Amino acid sequence: MSGIIGKKIGMTSIFGADGKYIPCTVIEAGPCVVTQVKTTATDGYNAVQLAFSDKKEKHTTKAAAGHFKKTGTTPKRKLIEFRYFPELPALGSEIKADLFIEGDIVDVIGTSKGRGFQGVVKRHGFKGVGMQTHGQHNRLRAPGSRGASSYPSRVWRGQRTAGHMGVDRVKIQNLEVVKVMAEQNLILIKGALPGHNGSYVIVEK
Amino acid sequence: MDLVKLASETAIEKREHPSFKAGDTITVYYKIIEGNKERIQQYQGVVLQCKGSGLTQTFTVRKISNGVGVERIFPLYSPKIDKIVVDKRGIVRRARIFYLRGISGKKARIEERKS
Repeated sequence: MSGIIGKKIGMTSIFGADGKYIPCTVIEAGPCVVTQVKTTATDGYNAVQLAFSDKKEKHTTKAAAGHFKKTGTTPKRKLIEFRYFPELPALGSEIKADLFIEGDIVDVIGTSKGRGFQGVVKRHGFKGVGMQTHGQHNRLRAPGSRGASSYPSRVWRGQRTAGHMGVDRVKIQNLEVVKVMAEQNLILIKGALPGHNGSYVIVEK
Repeated sequence: MDLVKLASETAIEKREHPSFKAGDTITVYYKIIEGNKERIQQYQGVVLQCKGSGLTQTFTVRKISNGVGVERIFPLYSPKIDKIVVDKRGIVRRARIFYLRGISGKKARIEERKS
């Protein structure tokens, strides 16, 4: 399984072959630089480390700067390791959007939008306590009972409650690559992706 | 957002259509595929609004069909639109004439712009 690091740009829609709208997300996919190649001989497993998005020298730690110097590339913001590349690329080579072809099925990993502290209705899809009538007036979105009484005399671990929502690593599987614009390093993927515009995503093929 | 624009520009073919706006009466020649046959259906009505920008613009056309109001939303650059013909230019004071939904008969007339 190969992949690339990209940036979510935003959404648009294009027309399919049958004239129907296809909602799609534009991703700036690469160019990524291969900064490390791990092999069974040296590391015990095969993997490729890719780097994406330039950053300034002064924002780079000495240790990271040395790592990038070994490859002969400018410092990068995002480093991700990919396993199971079909064939290991050379150190310092570039991986671009032409890795994908139209019609490919890909998985996309991103960080979902932060929602802050949310109640159980929004966070876990609870239905709320019921009606506004029958003596209830302020419990519309309440969680209701949290469990039995004298046994266990505590709340079971894993009980779904209110709390922080979002900023999770989310993987969306089986998305279709609608269009590849290799010159601009853009790919269009059918459907919505997790995260804000401008956030980093990993596209796995 | 520039890259989004670029992406849609390369993916959608821009075609020339006559300019029209809310209040105009237009006929949309729309391609319909039935099995492996293609025919063209005409849809005539009043433009209620033009919405969006760039290549994802849409417009809404309202007509009265057998006494029932029908509204259809077309993407302006849809490949299924064969052509658009402007039949009448109307004088209206706003860009979205949803007030037309609540009125019928003589009240729903739109004054024609003579040019």
